[in-house]
Amino acid sequence: MGEVGIGMARPAGAGIVDADVHCTVPSAAALFPYLADHWVEQIRQSGFSGASENAYPPGIPTSARPGSAPGDGRPAGSDLDVLRTQVLDVDGVEAAILNCAYAVDTIRNPDAASAIASAVNDWQLAEWLEVEPRLHGSLVVPSQIPELAVAEIERLGDDPRFVQVFLPARSAVPYGRRDFHKVLAAAVERDLVVSLQYGGFPGNPPTAVGWPSYHIEEYVGMASVMQSQLMNLIAEGVFDAFGDLRVSLVEGGFTWLPSFLWRFDKDWKGLRREVPWVRRPPSEYVHDHVRLTTAPLDLDTHRPEAFATLFAQVGGADVLMYASDHPHLHADTGDDWTSMLPEDARAPVLGDNARAFYRLNR
Amino acid sequence: MSIHVVARLDEVPPGTRKVVEVAGREIGVFNVDGELFAVRNRCPHMAGPLCEGYVSGAVSSTTPGEYHFDRVGEILRCPWHQWEFDMRTGQSWFDPARVRVRAYQARIASGASLVATDEAPATTTDAAPPAEGMVPGPYVAETYPVSVEHDYIVVDLLSR
Ligand code: FES
Repeated sequence: MGEVGIGMARPAGAGIVDADVHCTVPSAAALFPYLADHWVEQIRQSGFSGASENAYPPGIPTSARPGSAPGDGRPAGSDLDVLRTQVLDVDGVEAAILNCAYAVDTIRNPDAASAIASAVNDWQLAEWLEVEPRLHGSLVVPSQIPELAVAEIERLGDDPRFVQVFLPARSAVPYGRRDFHKVLAAAVERDLVVSLQYGGFPGNPPTAVGWPSYHIEEYVGMASVMQSQLMNLIAEGVFDAFGDLRVSLVEGGFTWLPSFLWRFDKDWKGLRREVPWVRRPPSEYVHDHVRLTTAPLDLDTHRPEAFATLFAQVGGADVLMYASDHPHLHADTGDDWTSMLPEDARAPVLGDNARAFYRLNR
Repeated sequence: MSIHVVARLDEVPPGTRKVVEVAGREIGVFNVDGELFAVRNRCPHMAGPLCEGYVSGAVSSTTPGEYHFDRVGEILRCPWHQWEFDMRTGQSWFDPARVRVRAYQARIASGASLVATDEAPATTTDAAPPAEGMVPGPYVAETYPVSVEHDYIVVDLLSR
């Protein structure tokens, strides 16, 4: 049995799937074995330190829970043994979904973005997924260039060790737009989940009203970015156009869902003529196609009635997937909040929803 | 049967509507290219005056970017929150199984047939009980008598 890190909920139970853990590329040099000589030379010669832009600034307390850095200068999330000890070997944990937020969307040279995304995926395969079968991977793609993202999905998307495509939640153009449909189609064709994840560096501001001043605004505001993406995906009709499309929203919270969907359903009834391909109320698409991870927890675990009400309104038993978000630390209490889950929601939230969504038992 | 004479046909030419009161309820009568529809003027959502709403066609799609526009004139949009209703069936566009407005059968009847079915002249509100369930509606109750020279719109309140 492993030792959980600070801030880990440590749920009790069996068959737990942690739907969001992270791995971090420690340095550009770590990718050299997976890059063509040409790119290695370019990176060496230019001094490029890698797409190390990080939506979780390394020095910010939320970025790494104490004890999650390997202690040898490498960043938190870069050591498989730490992940094993703090997540995978904990009692009851059966599997985890591995996410690498390497910021290939910051690389403006399309060929470099493509080559580095491929290198990150080959690195994930060789150093994480191959050696640790309890981990299921997420493909990093140059999401800013849909054609190249498709090419990477075509290259590796049939490998069963990858279960989803990682898209940074912040994008220059929302992901439901038609020029991006080819990426969604490529994922669906290979039975991959499309995952919108905290972060992204598209060059436009992280809020809809322009550039904020502080990190906290981007951090808290990611929920509204998720809403914008989800709204766009639904309005663009992708869930009917790609009937098997599954979308995970990772690290964006979930308690905003009921009010958002109530309003969206309500206005769909009156305005749907503009978007006639949206054939069902928006909330139905979410229920059937979308899952959300539980970290960071955006509800008060010290008020059981409020927890129960919100959980029910979200439809938590159907749409939520437990996640530790290791190594990030979201000032969650460290209490086992999952003990507040209604009895019949425990198994779904702690594992069954993720197992079904990611087809882990195939 | 509860059949009411609600308007003279030439008062509701094709493309127009008329809201009438029949047996205590408001009903909108629509003439769509000569076909008649009758719908209760009370939206099932929040009781808005549905029959004052915009009349349009059905917009549907099977894939993003594709628009089908047909059944022009048969879809009624509530003026309050724009819910759409099918005049033929009263069904809402969304959730048709649960959300619907009452729709009635409306048809044209000649004055001659109306008069013929009524033993007493169907020209006054206190006419004798009509034969064959024919109830003189408000049209008759107002000032205009049914005359054999004209056609009338009749609505069956028990139909749908
Ligand atoms: S009252 Fe008719 S749509 Fe609301």
